[in-house]
Amino acid sequence: MNKLVKFACGLAMATMVGAATAAVAQTSMGDPLRESYYSNLKGRKVVFVPVFMGLDLTEGWSKIMARQADELGYSYEVRNSNFNTAAGAQTITSLISEKPDVLVVQNPDVQSYAKLLQQAEKAGIHVIQLNMKTNYQTTGFVGADVELIGEKQAEAAVAKCGGGDQPGKVLVLAGPPTSPFSAYMLKGYENVLNDNAKIQIVSVQSTGDYESSKAKSITQVVLQQHPDLCAILGVWDNADVGTAAALQEAGKKPGDILVTTSGGGGELACKGLREGLWQYYVSYDVPGQGRDLNALILAAMQDKNEVGSTKTVIYTPLVTYTPETLGDERCWTLDTLR
Amino acid sequence: MQSPVEGQTAGRAVPVAGLFGGGGRIGFDQLKIVTLLFLVIFVVYSLVLPGFFSIGNLLTLMRTVAVLGILGLGMAIVVIGRGIDLSMIASLAVPSALVLMLAAKGYGVVPALAAGLLMAVAIGVLNGVLVAYAEIPSLFTTLAVGIGVAGIGQIGLFDYEIVSWPPELDVIVWIGRGSVFGIPYSVLAFGAVAILIGVFLRRTRPGMFVYASGDNPGATRLTGISLRPVLVMQYIISSCVAFFAGMVLAASSASMDTRIFNLTWIYDVILVVVLGGIGLSGGRGGVANVIIGTLLIGTIMNGLTIMNVSFEMQNLVRGLVLLVAVLADSLINPRNEETSQQGDI
Repeated sequence: MNKLVKFACGLAMATMVGAATAAVAQTSMGDPLRESYYSNLKGRKVVFVPVFMGLDLTEGWSKIMARQADELGYSYEVRNSNFNTAAGAQTITSLISEKPDVLVVQNPDVQSYAKLLQQAEKAGIHVIQLNMKTNYQTTGFVGADVELIGEKQAEAAVAKCGGGDQPGKVLVLAGPPTSPFSAYMLKGYENVLNDNAKIQIVSVQSTGDYESSKAKSITQVVLQQHPDLCAILGVWDNADVGTAAALQEAGKKPGDILVTTSGGGGELACKGLREGLWQYYVSYDVPGQGRDLNALILAAMQDKNEVGSTKTVIYTPLVTYTPETLGDERCWTLDTLR
Repeated sequence: MQSPVEGQTAGRAVPVAGLFGGGGRIGFDQLKIVTLLFLVIFVVYSLVLPGFFSIGNLLTLMRTVAVLGILGLGMAIVVIGRGIDLSMIASLAVPSALVLMLAAKGYGVVPALAAGLLMAVAIGVLNGVLVAYAEIPSLFTTLAVGIGVAGIGQIGLFDYEIVSWPPELDVIVWIGRGSVFGIPYSVLAFGAVAILIGVFLRRTRPGMFVYASGDNPGATRLTGISLRPVLVMQYIISSCVAFFAGMVLAASSASMDTRIFNLTWIYDVILVVVLGGIGLSGGRGGVANVIIGTLLIGTIMNGLTIMNVSFEMQNLVRGLVLLVAVLADSLINPRNEETSQQGDI
C-alpha cells in the first residue's frame, strides 16, 4: 500500500514538472496577431474635430485618444472649430481631401455636418461621431443616450415634486435649439412628464450656447413669476453653475428647489454636489467614453470592408450622482485620466 | 488751473455735448423714439403680463441687463469718439478669468486684481496705439486684437475655458452677487459706472475732447487738441470698463466662461448703443442713450421670457426692434451732406 502511495506521488510530481516545462515552452511562443496589429496601426492618422477645446469633456476625450495614439504609434491631431460651425465645416471639408484614416467629430447640431460626414465616408475616411451626433449615421457613434438622461432627470423631478396637491412647477433650461443635447433631452423630459398631471412645466428656455449667465437670468425671471418653483431640469453642469447662482441669490437653500443636470462627471460634478449647486447629476462618464471611443478607433483602422458598410452605435453607460452617493463616486480630473 | 485757451476750448465744446440730451437741431431724435418705444412696450407688458409690473420683476429685469449696460457704457465712449471696440468681450473675459485663476492659485486678491487691470490697460493701449498712431481702422484693429487676446486665453493660460469663482475671492463677490436695500449690487454697479462716465463725458475736459474727436477729428486737431492721446484714452477706458463688467459677471454667475468671446455678445453691446441713439458716425449721444437702449432690450427680453417664447423667436424680435429703431431714425433724421461723409463704419 505504502509503495502504491509513493508511486502515485512520484507520478503526480513527474506530471507537474512536465506541465511546468510545457508552460515555459508555451510562453516563448510568438502571438501571431501582434505584428500585423502593430504594423497596421503605425503611421495611420486620426483627427478630432471638437465643437470647442478647453472644456473638461473635450480635453478629457482628447487626452485619452492622444495617449492611445502615442502608445500605438499612429498620429493624432486636434482641429478646434472654436464654437464656430462654419469654421468646423471648413475644417472637415479640407480634411476630406487630406484623407486621415479616422475622423472623430463632435457635432454642434443635428444637421450642419451631416452632408459633409457622408462625403467623408464616401472618400474613404471612417467617421466616428462623439457624444453629439447628426441625424446621419456613420461608421461609429460613441456617446450618451441623451433621451435617457432626460428621462432620468425628469423622473427625479417627479420624485421630488409629484407628491403635492398642486402640480409641481418645473423649469426646463435647454441648450441651443438644434443641438442634439437639447432636442433629444427635451424628448426624454416629454416621455416622462407629458402624461403626468402632477407636474407642470412652466417654462422651456434655451440658454443659448450653454451660457451660465443666461441660465442665471432665465432662472431669476422664472423664479420671480413662480416663487413656488419646485425643480429645474438643467442641460449641462457648466451652464447650471449660473442656475445655482440665481437660486442662491434668491435666498434658496440647496435642495429647496431641485436642480438636476448632466455632464461628463468631472471635478465640477462633485464640487457642485458638495456645495449644493445641484442635487441630481447624470454623468456620461468621460473616461468610460474615452475607452469606448478608442476601441471604435481601433476597430475602424482594422476594418477591411468598404467604409461605412459596418455601423456601430455605443450608448455609453450613465452614472447617476446624488449627494447621498457622492462618497462612492469619484469624479475625474485631467490628472487622474489614464 | 485752466489756461484761458483751454478753458475756451472746453467752453466751445459744450454745444456739442448739448446733443447728449437729444435736444440738437431736430426735436425728435432716436433717443426720444426709443424712449417712446420703451414706454409703450413697458405699459403693454404691465397690462397684459401678470407679474411683470412688480418691484421684484423690475429689479430682476435690471439685473439681467446690468452687465450688458456696463459694456454699453464703455462702448459708448469709443463710438462717440468715432471708433468701435470689438475686443470688449475679450477684455471682459480674459483679464477677469486671469484674476480668478491667480486668486485660486493663492497669489492674493490685490495682486490678482492688479494683474487683471494691468492686462485690461495693456489691451486698451494696444488698441489705442494701433488706431491712433498706426491709423488702422478701429473695426479691424479691435477685431484682430480681440481674437488675439481670446487666443492667448485659449492656448493655455487657463486649464479650462470656464474658470470658476474661487473661494479666495469671496471678499469681493458682492460686486456681482447679493443686494443692498433690495437693489442688486450688479444694478448698483451699472448705476455707478453710468454716473462716472456721465460725469466724465459732460463735466471733464477729456470727455469734451472725446465728443470733439468724434464730431470732427480734423477740426479738433486744428484747435490744438492732441487727438491721438485722446483716442488711446478711449480704448483704455473701454477695456477697463469691460474688465469691470467681467468681474461683475464672474461674481454673478460664479464663473467666467471665456468662450463668450465666440458668442454673439458683442452684437448685443452694439445693439444697445446704436438702439439708444448713439450714432456710429461719432460725436453724438451719451449715457442716457445707453441706459434707455439697455432698458428697452431688457424689457423686451424679460417679457418674452415670462411669455416663454422660444430662443429663435427672441432673437428674431431683437433683430426686428433694432431694424425698426434704425429705420425710424433714418426716416426722421435723413442723412445730410455732413453725416454721409463721416466715419469708417
